[in-house]
Amino acid sequence: MDFYLTALVQGLCFSGVALGIYISMKIFNIPDITTDGSYMLGGAFTGTLLLHHQPAYTVLPVVIIAGAIAGALTGIIHTKLKINALLAGILVMTALYSINLTIMGRSNLPLNTIPTIFNLVNLSGNPNQNTLLVLLVFVAIITLIIGYLLKTDFGIAMRATGNSESMIRALGVNTDRMKITGLAIANALTAVSGYLMTQFQGFADISMGIGMVIYGLGSVIIAEAFINWFRITSIWLSLGLVLFGAIIFQFVLALTLDLGVDATLLKLVTAVFVLLIVSLPRLSFNKSL
Amino acid sequence: MISIDKAYKIYNKGKANQVDAVNGISLDIKDNEFVVIVGSNGSGKTTLLNLISGSVLPTSGSITIDGNDVSNLPDYKRSQWIARVFQNPLSGTASDLSILDNFRLAAIRTQPKGLTIGINDAFKKQVTEKIATLGMGLENKINQPMGTLSGGQRQALTLLMSIMDDCKILLLDEPTAALDPRSATIVMKTADQLIKDFKLTAILITHNLKDAYNYGNRIIQMVEGLILQDLDTAKKSALKQNDLFDWFG
Repeated sequence: MDFYLTALVQGLCFSGVALGIYISMKIFNIPDITTDGSYMLGGAFTGTLLLHHQPAYTVLPVVIIAGAIAGALTGIIHTKLKINALLAGILVMTALYSINLTIMGRSNLPLNTIPTIFNLVNLSGNPNQNTLLVLLVFVAIITLIIGYLLKTDFGIAMRATGNSESMIRALGVNTDRMKITGLAIANALTAVSGYLMTQFQGFADISMGIGMVIYGLGSVIIAEAFINWFRITSIWLSLGLVLFGAIIFQFVLALTLDLGVDATLLKLVTAVFVLLIVSLPRLSFNKSL
Repeated sequence: MISIDKAYKIYNKGKANQVDAVNGISLDIKDNEFVVIVGSNGSGKTTLLNLISGSVLPTSGSITIDGNDVSNLPDYKRSQWIARVFQNPLSGTASDLSILDNFRLAAIRTQPKGLTIGINDAFKKQVTEKIATLGMGLENKINQPMGTLSGGQRQALTLLMSIMDDCKILLLDEPTAALDPRSATIVMKTADQLIKDFKLTAILITHNLKDAYNYGNRIIQMVEGLILQDLDTAKKSALKQNDLFDWFG
């Protein structure tokens, strides 16, 4: 498959992570580290169940529920045990590593010829185009659901929780429950990314979740840069930009590889790229003073 | 409306840094009473207000609202009776959300926040009309994020938000402390008007003795977690502004 088409497809696979981080950032104002573990959790369940000849469409609800439970656990540890949200995420992520390894039985599960959603659903004769189309439809559905959710009364309350906790409690919202639910939704989305990626690359690997939170964070930060630049208030545009961020991120990585940078340095490039995006607005702001 | 019976709030009990924030207060506030609470810093005013709102729960003693024992009810459940305006304008509104979103949440303060979209044209119209009554020119900006407004504008909107849904009690914790004198006057006048129009039971904490003199029909002075003076309507109207200054002399 073409280098940049792969980047586009990977970006779409990561849209769940990006949307998940967007939600957890909105309700917590901090990145949710559970992401690394719940992404892998989605991948582990997908690989294992597909290998046990479960059809891809019955695997999806399992993945969603597993991700939601992981997120809810982080939420419960944070709100009920009053542990810092970052630490709560790290704890669950660490525990999930063992759980994922237990589910998979070994560290790598190749899917070989087992059918995935990318060949179960036929939207185009060309397999590459088919993969892209299936993903586009999939991501469109997820985005529509999340967009609708954020516009409902519940969604407004969720967005307000990270913004002004005192206000939202005074307006009758149980913020603990809101955080647990929000994290459950965020991590369910992340697990769906693991589900998509495992099927796209044709294997589940225990290390595929490492650094996933940075991918999501990078996507959201790219989106926030545009949101702040153009003072965007529309939910739909914001979500679109988050997806755009996820894709741009993959393009930058593809470009880096294309330029001949050693693949072992990819995580370093990722970290530097995120640092650049975070610091750019501040650097240019200082100059204008 | 509000009845407090021997309420204590003691922080760090038994330790060297024990603080008796509220030290056994009993207080009855009737319907439509507008109580002004004054007192020095650390006298327990805000803790008393937080005990009523449920932001802190009493160490001992009981609190009754509208005939219901709410002593152990958290703040988000007491919101069915109580609306609040905070000292910090940032606490009462969500900066990243639009004015409209903020009002939507306020309009369903006493109801569950469900999975339906509640903002429609009728609601927008209702909010626009409400905001127009402030005369601040904000009615055309309902889609702007709350964070783009000044502290005074946000406090005025917070006040309006309190009456978007059924409201019995309005708690005002130094609502004008962070505002310039002109905004402060607008906010206090709006509050007074709303309290009269909607027959609210209200409690105002203030350090501004002029406001304490001008507003309300009952005044309480707190000292070291206890009520030192409690003047009812007749006694408060007989009070002179200078007498108030003498309380702090």
